[in-house]
Amino acid sequence: MTARVGVVTFPGSLDDKDAARAVSLAGAEPVALWHADPDLKGVDAVVLPGGFSYGDYLRCGAIARFAPLMSELVPAARSGALPVLGICNGFQILCESHLLPGALTRNSSLRFVNRDQVLRMENTRTAWTNGYDEGQEILVVLKSGEGSYVADEETLDQLESEGRVVARYVGGNPNGSRRDIAGVTNAHGNVVGLMPHPEHAVEALTGPSTEGLGFFTSILGHLAAPAQA
Amino acid sequence: MARVVVDVMLKPEILDPQGQAIAGACPRLGFEGIEQVRQGKRFEVEVEGEVDEAKLADVRRLAETLLANTVIEDFEVRPA
Repeated sequence: MTARVGVVTFPGSLDDKDAARAVSLAGAEPVALWHADPDLKGVDAVVLPGGFSYGDYLRCGAIARFAPLMSELVPAARSGALPVLGICNGFQILCESHLLPGALTRNSSLRFVNRDQVLRMENTRTAWTNGYDEGQEILVVLKSGEGSYVADEETLDQLESEGRVVARYVGGNPNGSRRDIAGVTNAHGNVVGLMPHPEHAVEALTGPSTEGLGFFTSILGHLAAPAQA
Repeated sequence: MARVVVDVMLKPEILDPQGQAIAGACPRLGFEGIEQVRQGKRFEVEVEGEVDEAKLADVRRLAETLLANTVIEDFEVRPA
C-alpha cells in the first residue's frame, strides 16, 4: 500500500505545493490537510511546510501552534507514533508546540538569507533521515529571516550528547544558529525540524541538487520498517 | 474596563541582534554613553471590570501560553 503523507496548509503557507510534489516524487501519496480541520485523515506521516503561517504575527509559528489540526497532531507526534517533519516555518511551529526544544530567532545579520546551502547530516537514524549516510554533505536551499536556532547551553549539550542534532551548516554559519545547528529531532526520532528546505532540492530543473529528496524517501523506508527509528 | 500591561523581553542570555543594531546607531546619531540596548514587546490587554488578583492570574496565564515564548523570553504582568 502506498504511504500517505499529509502536508498541512495554514493561511500563509508557501511551500505546501513543493512539499506535496516532493512527497509524490519520492513515491508516496501526498494528502492535503487544512489547518482548521481537526482531522489528520488517517495519514502515516505529516509535513509542516515553510511559509509565514498566520502572517507570523506575534512570533513565527506562535499562532499556528494553536490551529485546530495541531490539537490532533501534537499528542500523536509527542507519543512517538506519528512522524512529523517541520521545514522552516514548520520547524518554528514544532518549537512553539514544544515538540522540539529551543526556538528560532531573528538571523544575527538581521537580513533575510536566500541561498544554496551545504548541510552535514549527523543523525541518520530518524524517521526522516535514515536514507542518508552519517557525515554525508547535501546541498539544499536556505531561505529564512528567523532561522537562528537558540537554546540554553544545557539543552544544547543534551542534544549533542543524545545525538539529536540532525544536520549542521557547513561552510560558514548563515544565521547565527547556536553550534551551527540546522535541524534537530526529538527523543523518539519521529519529529524532525529543519530550517533549510529539502523540498526545493528534489529536481534538477528547479533545485541546486536533488539531494533533498532523501528526507522524503527516508520516511517511506521508515514506514516500511519502522523498527529502525 | 481596565488595562493590564504585559512586558516581554528576551532572556538575558539570548542574543538580541535588533537591540545591537539600535545600540550601533546611537553614536552615529550623537547619543553618547549608551552601552547596550535590548528590544522587547509591550502588550496592553483590556479586561472587563476591575483588575483583581484573579484577572491578573488570567493575564499571566495568557502571557505564558501565547504572548511570550518562555523558552527564550521572560514576561512581567502589571495593572496599567
